[in-house]
Amino acid sequence: MLDYVTSYLHSSLTPGQAGNWLWALVYILVIFAGVSGIVIVMNWGERKALAHMQVRLGPMRVGPHGLMQPIADAIKLLTKEDIMPSEADKPIFWLAPVWVVMIAFSVFIVVPFGPTHAVTDMNIGILFMLGVSSLGVLGIVMAGWASNSHFPLMGALRSSAQMVSYEIAMGLAVVSAIVMTGLGGIGPYGIGSGAGSGTLSMIGIVQAQAQQHVWFIFKFFPVGLVAFFIFAVAMIAETNRAPFDLPEAESELVAGFHTEYSGLRWSLFMLGEYAGMVAVSSIAITLWLGGWLRPFPSTHGPAINIPFLWEHPEQGVVDFAFSFAPALVMLALAFFSFFNAMRMPKHPLLKIQTIGLYAFGLVLAGVGLILLAPPVRDRIQDIFWFVFKIACFMYLYIWYRATWPRYRFDQLMKVGWKVLLPLGLGVLLVTGIIGLGPEIAAWLKGVV
Amino acid sequence: MTDSTKSGFYQETAGPDQTFLDANELVLNMGPQHPSTHGVLRVILRLDGEKVLGTECVIGYLHRGVEKIAENRTYTMFNPYVDRMDYVAAVSNGLGYCLAVEKLLNIEAPPRAAYIRVVLTELNRMASHQLWLGTHALDIGAMTPLFYTFRDREEILKIYEKYCGARLTTHAFRIGGTLYETYDGFEQDVNNFVKFVTPKIGEYEELLTTNRIWVERTKGVGVLSGKDCIDFGVTGPVLRAGGVKWDLRKAQPYSMYDKFDFEIPTGENGDTFDRYIVRIAEMRQSLRIIDQAVNSIPAGPIMAKVPKVMKPAVGEVYVSIEAPKGELGYFVVSDGSTQPYRVRVRPPSFVNLQALDKMVRGALVADVVAVIGTLDIVLGEVDR
Repeated sequence: MLDYVTSYLHSSLTPGQAGNWLWALVYILVIFAGVSGIVIVMNWGERKALAHMQVRLGPMRVGPHGLMQPIADAIKLLTKEDIMPSEADKPIFWLAPVWVVMIAFSVFIVVPFGPTHAVTDMNIGILFMLGVSSLGVLGIVMAGWASNSHFPLMGALRSSAQMVSYEIAMGLAVVSAIVMTGLGGIGPYGIGSGAGSGTLSMIGIVQAQAQQHVWFIFKFFPVGLVAFFIFAVAMIAETNRAPFDLPEAESELVAGFHTEYSGLRWSLFMLGEYAGMVAVSSIAITLWLGGWLRPFPSTHGPAINIPFLWEHPEQGVVDFAFSFAPALVMLALAFFSFFNAMRMPKHPLLKIQTIGLYAFGLVLAGVGLILLAPPVRDRIQDIFWFVFKIACFMYLYIWYRATWPRYRFDQLMKVGWKVLLPLGLGVLLVTGIIGLGPEIAAWLKGVV
Repeated sequence: MTDSTKSGFYQETAGPDQTFLDANELVLNMGPQHPSTHGVLRVILRLDGEKVLGTECVIGYLHRGVEKIAENRTYTMFNPYVDRMDYVAAVSNGLGYCLAVEKLLNIEAPPRAAYIRVVLTELNRMASHQLWLGTHALDIGAMTPLFYTFRDREEILKIYEKYCGARLTTHAFRIGGTLYETYDGFEQDVNNFVKFVTPKIGEYEELLTTNRIWVERTKGVGVLSGKDCIDFGVTGPVLRAGGVKWDLRKAQPYSMYDKFDFEIPTGENGDTFDRYIVRIAEMRQSLRIIDQAVNSIPAGPIMAKVPKVMKPAVGEVYVSIEAPKGELGYFVVSDGSTQPYRVRVRPPSFVNLQALDKMVRGALVADVVAVIGTLDIVLGEVDR
């Protein structure tokens, strides 16, 4: 038994590939907890960031700067009365939120947080992700149908129509990235190391970017960028977020497909929505933004070897410098907490909040200090950069929501079919033509 | 209000034994509890998918019988009630009523009072338009302008609070002038506000005017040409956006509006975007008027000689002013007693709301909320 546990530690494969069920289970639990954690942080972060963009403060009462607000909300939602409309189609009404959450979390099976940090690595990883994540819309349609009410029904109709028009453009953009994995790299990082082998595996795609020394967003500039743009637009539509939040457009359809839902079931929808946002963001990160790779992954600088601190003779000073990033980010957040704790008004009623904010800062500082330790610093790199990129995407989601009005139904269709679809086809064609340029030139020579 | 069961509205749709799923048309009941019907408007939509085949407005959920109440109150006692009609432009409502009764009594407010009235009324126009812009943008899905406009509207409300103690239903004016003298630093406050808010209007425009989605959502939506507006009796910014240069402040100046230099902004296409541009331009013109008025308030009394017991001679008057939402008219009939025989209000929101069906027929559901927003209705005024 002990062998079974320890044998995996020396493996360089994901637990799924290594066939180690125990570690796979551990990974599943860790990822489930991690994604739920992101959702909780996002709950607070979205309100705070949105509030500050809109000249207001956001949650300020529950805990210092509203830090405990997600917990208060969770308690409120869990203790609310469970209402099911009497005319609802009960089994489907019950299944819909469960389905949405299940699908949103299933896709994380293949998301690589690091070269070995994934539950498993399928050779059809990206296909699996796209396929499973588009099943999420089924939950929305089920919710809209089962509610037996007009507003949810319209929300469900909008959602399915939206899905059809965006999945195709999204797929074309993804195919162009997959084609890139098999082609030599050109980009700001320099000429890559020749053609790789095409792959659909999520880990393989990131490794291709590492081998070609280029994130695919910069490859065949601006082809990769355009493909990324198409995906970035389509992924907002897929996750029903502003400006494509038509299925739940609160000013038109009250709350769209989840009008009849409340309490725990409603919170499951929210959980599914935010987990879905993380999921599609991680597809975009894996395909175009180098997955777990840090910025400038092929720049190493002169090799250094410092005993105890940095014992990687094959890596350079740049690697050494970047290895401090996670700790520095945590320490910066800790400093931010302390700074705000000191700025708290000196009022007896706010004493507990001030102490709480200091404590929160201490926790962050503690985590930062742990991340400074050489072995941890080494191993946290991949996960840190992946989560950091997810955080950037989440911030963009909030920013979009604060900035843009909502598209109308027909305009959304127009953007999908008349703009993104031709653009996606074009990108795919251009990727192929540039990638196979030498071969095409040789063939033309033969013909002429 | 029509009886919808008799009007034939439901007849083509599903009968009681069918579910709505068997019908080709969907009847959607929007309101009276709906986030973007601006209060308690109920719109029954007949839909083919997302397309609107027809609408029917059901109003009266906020009916308080304001006009009837007037018949049991003295002229002075009824004055605060008019603030409760268009509660986001209470000052304009008060001005209209005061002017009407003053005409009935054949008195005129002294110049100082008239100037103070102009300043406060134009501030009120700003406030009303700001509230409109915020909620209209929110209907179309842009959350942020709402908070910007409310932040700036707050400054106007602060000035009101300092002036008369109330923020929303101010009851700022009295028949014959104003009750309150301007407080110390009033001019300074108003000038500061003008300076503060001028760049802020640019801020709203930055978020919306050139925003691609905003332009797509508003251009060509809810078109109401100038001729249609006149046919429907629609007034205010909606009429001006249709290209008709009609503003009662210029056409039949009241309360010394002829002393001020300002323009009437007009649109061309009469669509939602034009109405937005016209209202934004009106905010700027309001600031121009405020700037001129507040810096030239003459000295003198603020109250005309008004009899203690108002007993106007037998007769009737109709006085209309340019309220933020359109022509606000008061038809007051006196039978020689202390109480009006009849007060009839011509509310701009009520008249403008008539055009809703024409504007949204053939449009999509999302356009309905955009059009309700762009008409700038206040249900307190529609239902009275």
